[in-house]
Amino acid sequence: MGPLVPDIIGNELNLVVALLIGIAFGFILEQAGFSTSKKLVGLFYGYDFTVLRVFFTAGITAMIGVIAFGHFGLLDLNLIFVNPTYIGSAVVGGLIMGLGFILGGFCPGTSVCAAATGKIDAMIFIAGSFLGVFIFAEGYIYLEDFYKSGFWGYPHMFETLGMSQSAFAVVMTVFAVLAFIVTTMIEKKVNKISDPNYYSPKRYLGIALATIFISFTAFLMPERQSDILSRASDKNVLNTFHPEKMTVDEFAFRIIDGDRKLNIVDLRSKEDFTQMSLPNSVNMNYENLFGKDAAKTFSKKNASYVIIANTEDEETKAAYIAREIGYENVYVLSDGMNGFRDNVINFKAPQNIGTRHESDLYKFREKASILIPEIIKENKNKGVQENKESKRALGGC
Amino acid sequence: MKKSEYMNPYLAGFLLGLLLLVTIFITGRGLGASGAFKSGVIATVNSVVPSHTANTHYYLEYFEEHKESPLLSWLVFEVIGVVIGAFASGLISNRVKLKLEHSPRITSNVRIAGALFGGLLFGLGSQLGRGCTSGSALSGMAVLSTGGIITMLAIFGGAYAFAYFFRKLWI
Repeated sequence: MGPLVPDIIGNELNLVVALLIGIAFGFILEQAGFSTSKKLVGLFYGYDFTVLRVFFTAGITAMIGVIAFGHFGLLDLNLIFVNPTYIGSAVVGGLIMGLGFILGGFCPGTSVCAAATGKIDAMIFIAGSFLGVFIFAEGYIYLEDFYKSGFWGYPHMFETLGMSQSAFAVVMTVFAVLAFIVTTMIEKKVNKISDPNYYSPKRYLGIALATIFISFTAFLMPERQSDILSRASDKNVLNTFHPEKMTVDEFAFRIIDGDRKLNIVDLRSKEDFTQMSLPNSVNMNYENLFGKDAAKTFSKKNASYVIIANTEDEETKAAYIAREIGYENVYVLSDGMNGFRDNVINFKAPQNIGTRHESDLYKFREKASILIPEIIKENKNKGVQENKESKRALGGC
Repeated sequence: MKKSEYMNPYLAGFLLGLLLLVTIFITGRGLGASGAFKSGVIATVNSVVPSHTANTHYYLEYFEEHKESPLLSWLVFEVIGVVIGAFASGLISNRVKLKLEHSPRITSNVRIAGALFGGLLFGLGSQLGRGCTSGSALSGMAVLSTGGIITMLAIFGGAYAFAYFFRKLWI
């Protein structure tokens, strides 16, 4: 599950990846014609909308890709960098950049691209940019308050607008396709082109319709997490779901036995977990189950996973989520931790013992009621395994 | 040799979108450019006048967040890649040539002043807006970030708003 950095690709290799990605980035920008300022500012005067076409096509492609990757569980969307929203500096900074674009004819990425192909004006633009960054750094003490004001957190645009992610994706795509059509008409007019083959509508109609159609598949890919969570909260769904159960006695036996194949996923609160945790257990909540850390936990070979919570209902809900995500060998603890506490940890044998079987069982439970608290204590002394939580990637400029 | 044509813009955009998707999948972050400029400025100032960076708020804040050398950053390597990739592409398509491009209606000096001042504003604005067209607008759009999309609208909206006043520079 992505992102691959830092687990699969280390931080040093990541710099090599950066170089390779940069090469592809530069190559595509140059091939698109982004190495000449005349082409870059064309969209502001109506004679060349290449920038708009490339930019929006790229944005839509990546956006739908990210939605799809998230839906199919290929990418942990909680770990990717989402640009923070500082409303004041986003607007004012953007406007200043807009003015810089019109005066200079480049933006930073394209200026590097143009400079690499020998454009002197681009080299001067880069020098100017360095100066601009330097001025910002030196004037930072005066700008800092404004720079850090109006913080909205890390919202997604569809949340800000109160739409669903899918609806927003479709709106963006339709908007982009309309923009392509309108700008082509403007371009024709400004350049006085009468050639009907110039971006002939016939040739592009199919692509435009296909693009809009693809964007509608966003509706088939609702945000996976909220979709599964809402089903998992539905009583009717859970009533028809029967996870495999592990009895408290088997559970106790395997803990005492020190069975390394037994992995415990503990859903109780962080406080309860720190207070009392079993060996080889991790603390998670329903949301965490979707993350990359959970994917790592649930991917051990020949392992079985027991979900524990105070009640069996909570365990069933988590087991349902785990099954929907695609995790296997997941068990729930019969009667939950409450049952485990009553029947094992605080076990008191009843006075009248019936059958032979019962007597064996009670003997085992009595033994377990002494051993398990010791194991818990030992586990606590070792220091509760702090969940090594993956951190969100840092990005931006 | 004849200058070869540019790639179809929709195809280029599609490829760029796939590249951005791969970048996010591998690294968890998008593409960028102005961040490398920032690293360059900080590294330069730090090596020329280290005493200045040691007691100026901005640099201190930066070094607090970034333990390693500013030049060992992801974006610096990415931008070095951009130089290589763009140069290779220019060579293949026979477009590498040292020249100062400007509209025939303005002099070289006007173009130089425009590029310098435009760059200055873009550099300043990208720091204030936490990213440029790549890092904030394009990558922000891909992850549907509100801040990124607002910055994108402000960049293009701003450029359209100012375009009329500076039309003599281009047409």
